[in-house]
Amino acid sequence: MNGVHDMGGMDGFGKVEPEPNEPMFHAAWEARVMAMVRAMGATGAFNIDTSRYYRETLPPPVYLASSYYKKWLLGLEDLLLDKGFIGKEEVATGHAVQPPKPLKHGKFELDDVERVMVRGKFGRTAPAPAKFKPGDKVRAKNIHPLTHTRLPRYVRGHVGVVERDHGCHVFPDSAAMEAGENPQWLYTVVFDGTELWGPDSDPTIKISVDAFEPYLEPA
Amino acid sequence: MSEHHHDHDHSELSETELRVRALETILTEKGYVEPAALDAIIQAYETRIGPHNGARVVAKAWTNPAFKQALLEDGTQAVGTLGHVSRVGDHLVVVENTPDRHNMVVCTLCSCYPWEMLGLPPVWYKAAPYRSRAVKDPRGVLADFGVTLPKETEIRVWDSTAETRFLVLPMRPDGTEGWSEAQLAELVTRDSMIGTGFPKRPGAPS
Repeated sequence: MNGVHDMGGMDGFGKVEPEPNEPMFHAAWEARVMAMVRAMGATGAFNIDTSRYYRETLPPPVYLASSYYKKWLLGLEDLLLDKGFIGKEEVATGHAVQPPKPLKHGKFELDDVERVMVRGKFGRTAPAPAKFKPGDKVRAKNIHPLTHTRLPRYVRGHVGVVERDHGCHVFPDSAAMEAGENPQWLYTVVFDGTELWGPDSDPTIKISVDAFEPYLEPA
Repeated sequence: MSEHHHDHDHSELSETELRVRALETILTEKGYVEPAALDAIIQAYETRIGPHNGARVVAKAWTNPAFKQALLEDGTQAVGTLGHVSRVGDHLVVVENTPDRHNMVVCTLCSCYPWEMLGLPPVWYKAAPYRSRAVKDPRGVLADFGVTLPKETEIRVWDSTAETRFLVLPMRPDGTEGWSEAQLAELVTRDSMIGTGFPKRPGAPS
């Protein structure tokens, strides 16, 4: 979806302001939200792409005005409500009133903590040979999916060069919609700054995205 | 800040706190999560995961050419050989800074970041100014960090749009000949591994 989360190339957000000696969390609730998202993901209630999609579908003014972990909280609530893991009356009262929905991997307990401390594996067996190889010129398709996608707007329609082949990975566009893993080849595609931003661009910059094969066509 | 503004901030924060507490109560009462397990996740991030993991990898690459080559060829596999570093999971890509090329990492779509190597990302990495400008005006962004590169240096920006994760291997500072890995690791900053800073110089205040 062409949401406000797709920020590459937008103007007007101001300077980057690093905070010296920044704490890991700015409030205790942020840590609880982070842990709840990790834990509920590990129960199998949702995959990482679905959780990203729910943050992207927050109303644009809410997305832009909310702190990072506030977005995580709002996205988590919406997701759990939509998928029937919690109910509206439960959110309103702050207590469970309905029986739980079964979880694919069961309750998240102490023994499960080490499991979430290691990143998941996203590589999959290739269902078909790769269409592209390093050195190939490719165009990012001019597509505008209405649901989750990982092809940023700022590269669409532009020509780049395949630089690396990462093998076949879970396809986020499918996984986010719970439509299966649908593995696709994944490539690093590099673009010249002038190709993306025009003749006024700094000529010394190059930008790459990691693009799934369905996002690309020969150029 | 006016008193009114202050009260407003305070009440908003409390509302969020209550909402978070309510959600955790619901998830606990429904039997989805054990609160002690949430505590343990937070503790693990607070104590075990942080830029010291990435710094050890960088320092080893600076002192061991065979490890450096392996790291650049397959980051996940090379880090996996270091038992003392956090397990990194799949798809770690390490990119090397040289006198001709400077690498910088961003996630324009959300906040993808090599947690196992660098810990949880700082607020600026997840916020709109960095996500919007890094791919269009990287020199301007570097200036916000007080970093200036020669104008002919190529800047390569890696947008983390998939589950690959990128770690920058910065250049080893001059004047560190003969230093041990442990000494060198002290010079490696988080920002130098994102590409928005340089390692500390020997003798510079920490």
